[in-house]
Amino acid sequence: MTANKKDPVLVVLQMSGAFDALNTFIPYSDPHYIDYRPHLRVEPEHVLAVDDKVGFHPAMGPMKDLYDDGKVAVIQGIGYPNPIRSHFRSMDIWHTAEPAKMATEGWLGKTVADLDPHKENVLTAVSFGRGLPRALAVPGVSVASVGSLETYGVLTSIDAPDQRSEALDIFARMYSPMVGSGPINDYLSQTGLDALKGADILSTAPEQYSSSIEYNGDYFSQWVKNVAQVHLAGFGTRVLYTGYNPGAFDTHANQPAAFHRLWSDVSNAVSDFYYDLKEHNTGEEVVIMLFTEFGRRVKENGSGTDHGSGSVAFVVGDAVKGGLYGEYPSLEPDKLDEGDLQWNNDFRSTYATILDKWMQVDSHEILGGNYEHIDFIK
Amino acid sequence: MADHDISLIAHLMRRAGFGAQYHELEALTEQGYEATVAALLDPESQPSGLDLDLAERYFIEWSHFTRGVPEYWAWRMINSKRQLEEKMVLFWHGVLCTADSKTQSYPTSYDELEMFRKFGMGSFRDLLLEISRDPAMVFYLDNCLSHKGAINENYGRELLELFSMGVGMDGEFNYTEDDVKECSRAFTGWTLANNVPGQPYGRYSAKFLYNPADHDEGTKTFLGETGNFNGEDIIDIICKQPAAARFLSRHLYRYFIADEAQVPAWMDTPPNDPDTIKMLEDEYYRSGYDIRSMLRVLFHSDAFKNSRFALVKSPVETVIGTLRLIGDWTTPKPGFEFIFDEMKYMGQELFNPPSVEGWHTGREWIDGGTLVHRINFTADFVGDVNYPGIRGMVDRLASDGPTIEPAQLVDGCLQLLGCYELADETREMLANQAGKDGVIHTDTGDFSERVSKTLQMIVATKEYLYA
Repeated sequence: MTANKKDPVLVVLQMSGAFDALNTFIPYSDPHYIDYRPHLRVEPEHVLAVDDKVGFHPAMGPMKDLYDDGKVAVIQGIGYPNPIRSHFRSMDIWHTAEPAKMATEGWLGKTVADLDPHKENVLTAVSFGRGLPRALAVPGVSVASVGSLETYGVLTSIDAPDQRSEALDIFARMYSPMVGSGPINDYLSQTGLDALKGADILSTAPEQYSSSIEYNGDYFSQWVKNVAQVHLAGFGTRVLYTGYNPGAFDTHANQPAAFHRLWSDVSNAVSDFYYDLKEHNTGEEVVIMLFTEFGRRVKENGSGTDHGSGSVAFVVGDAVKGGLYGEYPSLEPDKLDEGDLQWNNDFRSTYATILDKWMQVDSHEILGGNYEHIDFIK
Repeated sequence: MADHDISLIAHLMRRAGFGAQYHELEALTEQGYEATVAALLDPESQPSGLDLDLAERYFIEWSHFTRGVPEYWAWRMINSKRQLEEKMVLFWHGVLCTADSKTQSYPTSYDELEMFRKFGMGSFRDLLLEISRDPAMVFYLDNCLSHKGAINENYGRELLELFSMGVGMDGEFNYTEDDVKECSRAFTGWTLANNVPGQPYGRYSAKFLYNPADHDEGTKTFLGETGNFNGEDIIDIICKQPAAARFLSRHLYRYFIADEAQVPAWMDTPPNDPDTIKMLEDEYYRSGYDIRSMLRVLFHSDAFKNSRFALVKSPVETVIGTLRLIGDWTTPKPGFEFIFDEMKYMGQELFNPPSVEGWHTGREWIDGGTLVHRINFTADFVGDVNYPGIRGMVDRLASDGPTIEPAQLVDGCLQLLGCYELADETREMLANQAGKDGVIHTDTGDFSERVSKTLQMIVATKEYLYA
């Protein structure tokens, strides 16, 4: 491994299902908020206020504490042109950074190609969860896609240790390129060997890891713990990706209880991760970006909220200048976009800032244009 | 003798269907290749073998308005006796693409699949006409937003670029930007009768409407012909073009015969096998654009018969093929929805092709994540002798005698999986592995485990990634 401790690392946390921005970062003193949300509103005394206008949801205490320490940038009014209220299409837009047309290559996959052009490290990017997000998908870019670090590997159904090591030994030989087998076969060989090698290296991460932090037992927290384990193992991984269970934030009904649990899980995991890195003196190496595909309808439907538009994102880390960025979209009825928060802050500005200012790669190529930076990186 | 070659039948059923169990292959071999092809090409005369009434009563969420879900379709792929019919539906779903992520209407998506079932092996002209008035498509590519005097070119362009001709061939462009505009003008007024609210509200499908008041009646010049064209005229002109013959032939070749360049590269990348493409093009004209006739020529071509293991299996083929092989999900039971996720994790989400261009195929199916997922998925299933299909393999191998040589065990497994072949080195490695614990007794308790381990190693090979 050629891990340079100074190399900046990006952790992306995807909250799919579209969290309700209005009840996440709450404009609690706005009279419209109170009108639009007769059942779902969070009362001012429960909001974790950051000033006299806005504040965090009460389940986000650990995030609020990080905010108070100056570690959280709140990116308000984030969205993309011509909002689409489909989860899949919207997520695609976030993943490909291309709102205008269907694109297939992911912005982080392109970033990985930039960071490791000669494919020297099979673990330049690691994703935790089931299936590779399109954000990381670019043909020819190798990304380890891990369901669970503890059980990750090839042929996991062969569980007796000696049988398994024999099986993997054969696998490695089967995937060794053979002379004159052609480019596709060589590619398959390389992919198989990379996967095996990646799994081999990754499997050492949990045993190298020790920490006083105890993450919660939910999937997301465990994946965040895996992210910490991989980072701390020093494999030279630069991009780490995971997310809450698909669709979890899609709270059309019975929002309050679910929402409380979700943000409690997520905030605790983010805070645990931050302090885990701190404990290992690597806090300055990592920036976290937490996003969702769109916001939800301003007016509640009685027990939940329907699909909306403008949202909020968070960037967290020691390298982050904490504070509020962008403008909270107006709740004036005539300022809404078909009943939704009007986005005012192109998501690609956040991407460009992270790429140029933090990851030190040129965002122009990756995003297909120049986007104004937001000043949230130190 | 080739007519009764089981490995050729295995190949045919992998390509023209989603694979078959060995005893089914034997029965088909008995009938012969010619007869099997004839039956595949004539689904209407075959019983579907599907007990959809039972399935729909069991999976209560599959009511009349939610048949457009991946699980429902997957059920049909697994259980339909009309294998080529479903294979062609998947083919057209990947060529004439719409995505549920935009249309958000299960009933409308379902109607589209039914249309593919009905027209997918008929005349290409009829199919292009049907897709042009398919409500999912009209909405997906915004033709409902294209008006007389204010065209939206989205459908007009993709009809030419991705559905019928392609940007170019032999290094020349097939049409101009003006053709795109004129084509779009001809399709004005082809719209939707009703607006369908997205899920979970819309429980009825969108319907096509031709609105003459919004149709541009002016004169158009399209691909060199001039007249007051409507959409039908445009399709007639398209179908005459050599580019249409080439486009359809290359697509069929890439889906059924061998991996080829991706669609956007076709203008500048000649076909790998120009003779076979020419043969299909000729049949296109001879038969009056009849897809079934082209398929008949294709399945009887030497190129097809000699193309064993020249295609990387798609995720859908991998998942459906594995479930057909193990003999599971022939009757309803809980937990079927997972298979939708499995295909998605391997890189192919039914009803959501990544773009209007469809899925990229061949080696692009495989990356570090999808490879591991594919191997582990397949190995998990073939390693479980409780599945009837796997149990059948164990019993069959045991019936050969009280002991079996390691090489015979490997060869037997390869045969029963569908006449697979391995590189000599790989075969030898697996035989050594199978024999390392001494003589293989077929009548002892550990025999099924030794079989299942060998099966697991086979499905992990590079060779097994191919169909």
